[in-house]
Parts: sequence; structure tokens; C-alpha cells
Amino acid sequence: MRSFTYERAKTPQHAAAVVAANHGAKFIAGGTNLLDLMKLEIETPTHLVDVQDLDLARIEDTSEGGLRVGAFVSNTALSAHPLVMRDYAVLTRAIQAGASGQLRNKATTGGNLLQRTRCPYFYDTNMPCNKRSPGSGCGAIGGFSRQLGVIGVSDMCIATYPGDMANALSVLDAVVETIKPDGTARAIPIGDFHRLWGDTPQNETALQRGELITAVVLPKPVGGKHIYRKVRDRASYAFALVSVAAIIMPDGSGRVAFGGVAPKPWRSEEADAALPQGAGTVAAKAFASATPRDDNRFKIALAERTLAGVIAEARS
Amino acid sequence: MSDRFLPIRRRDLLASSAASLALAPISLAKGANIAADALSVVKPVNLKINGADRLLTLDPRTTLLDALREHLKLTGTKKGCDHGQCGACTVIVNGQRINSCLTLAVQHAGDEVTTIEGLGAPGKLHAMQAAFVEHDGYQCGYCTPGQICSAVAMLGEIARGVPSHVSDDLGKKMTSSNPEIRERMSGNICRCGAYSNIAEAISQVAGA
Repeated sequence: MRSFTYERAKTPQHAAAVVAANHGAKFIAGGTNLLDLMKLEIETPTHLVDVQDLDLARIEDTSEGGLRVGAFVSNTALSAHPLVMRDYAVLTRAIQAGASGQLRNKATTGGNLLQRTRCPYFYDTNMPCNKRSPGSGCGAIGGFSRQLGVIGVSDMCIATYPGDMANALSVLDAVVETIKPDGTARAIPIGDFHRLWGDTPQNETALQRGELITAVVLPKPVGGKHIYRKVRDRASYAFALVSVAAIIMPDGSGRVAFGGVAPKPWRSEEADAALPQGAGTVAAKAFASATPRDDNRFKIALAERTLAGVIAEARS
Repeated sequence: MSDRFLPIRRRDLLASSAASLALAPISLAKGANIAADALSVVKPVNLKINGADRLLTLDPRTTLLDALREHLKLTGTKKGCDHGQCGACTVIVNGQRINSCLTLAVQHAGDEVTTIEGLGAPGKLHAMQAAFVEHDGYQCGYCTPGQICSAVAMLGEIARGVPSHVSDDLGKKMTSSNPEIRERMSGNICRCGAYSNIAEAISQVAGA
């Protein structure tokens, strides 16, 4: 691990200003992803700004009938909150489908949104990677791509967003609240938070330098059946090959987002609207512009079958 | 391994990393409103380990795991993968199990840390330690301190109503059934494969 200096920020604005003003500074919250990457020298911050003292660990009611989840709320605390389990169960299910008990205790709501891809070529510093080292090329294209993205990817990068939580936030129409280095606040709809890779796969989110996530707002509950189904190489503690987050209404309408297939939770109006027609129609709409590789073409059929299971579960 | 394969000696490496450490704050200080005390290359950290206050002076890079093992000589906590994948380093911080390899000691100033040494000792074993002995919940024993710390805190999570991936009904009381224990312990890997006995030991303590 490269050396760095460390401080605990006293206010969100100060934290944002320090990171904005210092090239090489980064926020640290739970640290479970950042420290892993620092040990591998994939992340090499020179200064860490710890956000644990910023009073961002509360879950509060909003005046609109929803919940405001502080960015520092742990994955465990969020998934086990009684109102989340009752009204936003897809979020509880998604969080509990990811990582391990130990990691969920430390990982935070804001940090989970910012976790980086698990593309093996991103992790292997001997390999070219446009995300880790812009302009160096992509080892995954033409390499082993079984785990990697099939849609929304580019000629520069075919990595996926690896998380589970954000797929649930996608179908819940959550909003990410931030504070910018100048002290102003911003609200970013979850659908706009993660970027598609395009020509700059090193830029993964809509956040500006130094912009700090302060909360994630869940709108008023919408009811319906909340289901999260994850398909992976082992039954627990593994990243998704494909996952489906869905809210299905009694009439068969609803919302659906696919995980493990794209740089972001993959949701579209066309796919949502097709839900009453069944999984085949939804998958055809959702993956119309897919560009799979030979190794990961199976993900499209797997996504359709996984959704078929979700729809059957919703009807049962 | 013979020294002739190692043209760079460990002592040289240590010296060079110390030099880069000394340089770090200079490059940072250029355009910055970082507080002066944040620029120190070593930090005083007060940790409450197994009930005792321990004041350490640490390089910020020091993980909680290395602080325990290398600075406090509490070697019961084990280093397996050092990347949060195996669970051998599991300790209990403020009542919650975490991977001590994936957290910095400086993040835990003032926190209460319980390691395997704090749970029990020969002659006064914690119930979970005794159950692991009774059920042969190990072979080589390397993962065992992490398994036991994880299991103790995991039962606390069930008691607090934390759900799991295999909990059927989020509206019901959480149980400590065998499938629940297995899912909730998936962050602790046992290379010897003592899982069935580990699950039995935990079930006994859970009263399941």
C-alpha cells in the first residue's frame, strides 16, 4: 500500500472541499472496497478524508412519506430497518444477496454506490485496462469475458457495475443527495448516477471531484411484490452473473432492473412497460441493443429465465 | 529462500518506504486546506481492546488486523487472504463483526474491539469456544478464531432481527436454523472443510 495521510472531517462541506482541492485525496467510509484496491495499488490516494463523524448514519422519514437514508448507514442497518423490510423489501433482499455479514456491517450506503467493478482485468495490474490506466487498452475485450457486460458497454471497456443494492434503488426510483465542494446540495436520480463507459471508462458516476454523497432518498412506498433474484457461481458471497430486481403489481405491471450485465442497473421504460407481456418480451426490449461476447452471450438468456422466475414468484 | 534471489534486502525496502513516507505530506501541503495535524506520518490511536485501553502510534496504513497482531501481539486473530474474502481476521467492533484486514486502525479510535483473546481463555472458555471443542469445529484451527468471533456476533444479529438472504418472511422473527447459520457464516471460509461441525457447534449455542 502506498503511503497516505489521514484526517477525520468535521463537516460534509469541509470534507468535500478538502477532496476537491487536493489531487490524490479521497473519501473513506467503510473502506471495504477502497482498502482492498489500495493494497493492490489500483487505488493510490495520498490523503484520506474519513467521513464517519459527519452524522450521516441516520434513517429518517421524509415529508413526502418516504425515507432519507444517510450515506454512512451500514448495509446491515439499512437492510434490517423495519420500514425498509416492510415497504422496500426489494432493497433488503438486494443488500442481503451481496457480500458477507462482516462486509455488510462495514460497507455503507454511499460507498456501496461507489464500489468499483470486479472485472479481473481491472484487478490485475499486469494487464491493460482503460479504467485503471486510461489509454492502456482493454484486456477483457478478446479475453475471458464470462462475468462481464453485455449491454451499455463500449469499445473501451466491458466492465459491469458489480453491486446489488443499486439495482433495488433503481426500481425504487431513489434519489442520491450530495454536497458539492462549494457547499451547495444536489439531487441526482439513481438512473443518472452511474455513467455508461463510452470513451472515458475511468469516469464511473455523475459526481464531480470532491462531491460527497450525503443521503439516498426513497420515495413514498409503491406497494407490489418486491423480489430480488441473483444468479451466481455459488449460493452465497459471490458477485452476480445476472440479477433481477423487480416490483410487480397485482395486475402484472411493474418495474424491473437487471444487474451484472451493464455499467449500471439496467432499467428502461420499454422493458417496464412490457412486464405484463412476460419475461420474453421484457428481455427483448431490455437487451435490444446488447453487444455480448461469445463468453457472456449466455447472460441474455439467463436474464430472461431469471425474470421468468421472478414473475412466477410474484404470481404465487 | 536464498538471499541471492533477493537483490533488494528487506531492510532496504523498509528504508525506502520510510523515505517515501516522509515525502508524502510535502506534496500534499501545496494547495491545501488540510489541517496540519492530518499531515503527520504517524498517528496516535487509542483503542479499547478486550476492555483495556491501548495507546498506539501508527502509520495510517496499519490495518486493525496488523495493529492487533504486530503491534499488540494479539496473534489469535489470523491473517488469511488479507482482502476480506476468507474471514480469518474477523473481530467484533462495538458489537459488530467486521473483517479487521479491511479497516484501518486509525478509523477505530475509541472503538471497543473484542478479539478471540477477549472472548475467553483456557479454563474459562466462551460458550462458543467450548462448543467448537465439543463438536470438533475445526481441523487445522487457522480459521477458528475468526469463525468463533463471527458466530458470536452473528447470533447477536439474529437476535436483533437482521434478516438474511435465506430468510423466507421478513415479517417474522429471525431463526437460527441450519440454512440460516450456513448463509450467515458464508464470510468465513474453512480450508479443511469442517463446516458441518462448525454449524453444529453454533446451533448448540443458539439453542436451535
